[in-house]
Amino acid sequence: MSSSAPRVSVLQTGVANIASVLAGLKKAGAEVTPTQNIASIANDPFVVLPGVGTFGSTMQTLLEHRLVEPLKERLNAGAPTLLVCVGFQLLFEQSEESPGVEGFGLIPGRVSRFPDTVRTPQFGWNSISPDEDCAILESGFAYFANSYRAETVSSDWSAAYSDNGGRFVAAVERGSILGCQFHPELSSSWGINLLTKWLQR
Amino acid sequence: MLTARIIPCLDVRDGRVVKGVRFQGLRDAGCPEELAETYEAQGADELVFLDVSATPEGRGTHRHTIQKIRDRLSLPLTTGGGVRAVEDAGSLLEAGADKISVNTAAVDQPSILSDIAERFGSQCCILALDAAERSSPVEGASAWEVVVRSGKVRTGIDAVTWAKEAVERGAGEILLTSWDRDGTRSGYDLELLRAVCSAIKVPVIASGGADTPAHMVEALEAGADAVLAASIFHDGDYTVAGLKEELATLGVRVRK
Repeated sequence: MSSSAPRVSVLQTGVANIASVLAGLKKAGAEVTPTQNIASIANDPFVVLPGVGTFGSTMQTLLEHRLVEPLKERLNAGAPTLLVCVGFQLLFEQSEESPGVEGFGLIPGRVSRFPDTVRTPQFGWNSISPDEDCAILESGFAYFANSYRAETVSSDWSAAYSDNGGRFVAAVERGSILGCQFHPELSSSWGINLLTKWLQR
Repeated sequence: MLTARIIPCLDVRDGRVVKGVRFQGLRDAGCPEELAETYEAQGADELVFLDVSATPEGRGTHRHTIQKIRDRLSLPLTTGGGVRAVEDAGSLLEAGADKISVNTAAVDQPSILSDIAERFGSQCCILALDAAERSSPVEGASAWEVVVRSGKVRTGIDAVTWAKEAVERGAGEILLTSWDRDGTRSGYDLELLRAVCSAIKVPVIASGGADTPAHMVEALEAGADAVLAASIFHDGDYTVAGLKEELATLGVRVRK
């Protein structure tokens, strides 16, 4: 690994795997370190919150490790941060999945379950349509594994959308912050390219 | 809109990919991580690696195989075969799998499904359901029974009822294999697919019997969200890219 490789801290928030995220970031050229260290979160150039578990369980784990405030500070300061799947959903205020649990609240509104008209979880590749003002997100296909989704975002974020029983938010970006409902690390060369672009922010 | 998923399936024994007919007569079909890379380059949407090792030593190598595949693969990776306890699932997830499929162990002890779903989420918990046509009809039951231990044991359990129970217990997807069709290249069992897909709300992967793009169209029309195939890819009859081209001309929405 060259000394100029971007250093990325991947938050270990749960019991499930982060191997895919680590492998994907390495392919994108990063030097990755799994961490639960608060100091590291505040100072590391790049931080990733992977999607693991439910809205409530992920928030609970972040609270237990006292990572919520450092993460919010990072996000409010616009420091390079990638949030994947449930990590992305935590940007919102609430989720139907875990009533009563407060998210980061950077985006107003509530994450809700897909309608009964489609099979859940949504497993598979969906087409991505980014708003014109997106700098990182591109059109293409991304891999999703989710039962809950957001339908709208506030105008201070640029967003990309997909459709599954109605339009939903596939991803958001603002400066160096990227939140993906899909899994870029499992989205083949399109996803690795997205990670590479984020690392260049 | 979601695209139809095309999933090459690779059976792994002692660290090598093998393929047989009706789970028997296994022959060598290549190196797992090299095949994974090839299939990704061809446009595979997801890969399934099932451990069919007969010995504990062979099973011990599977975790290492998954690690090697993960290092090279940027696609969703499902693995199973020999998963007996929630700890086995955790170990394979940690090695780099995204989903764990459970077959015989779930029939022996259905609570393993809820254990995996509660600990790692339903999106990690896949029921591999091998179904065979009953030799004689049973009143009040579907035409298929669950078979386990690589098809060696017929359980008498109703396949459709079992699919419903597995979903209630937390399975997030069903990998539905027709034992009668596996490796025969005579087409998927469409009646079985229709029966299971209409009974549950989670995605279903059709498996067993694929030979032509037309077979896959039939399976998708019968309600499957994804089609799995092994022989047609390993034998070199189709590349995934070539298959997707043909599916697209037949009106199937695929990722290209």
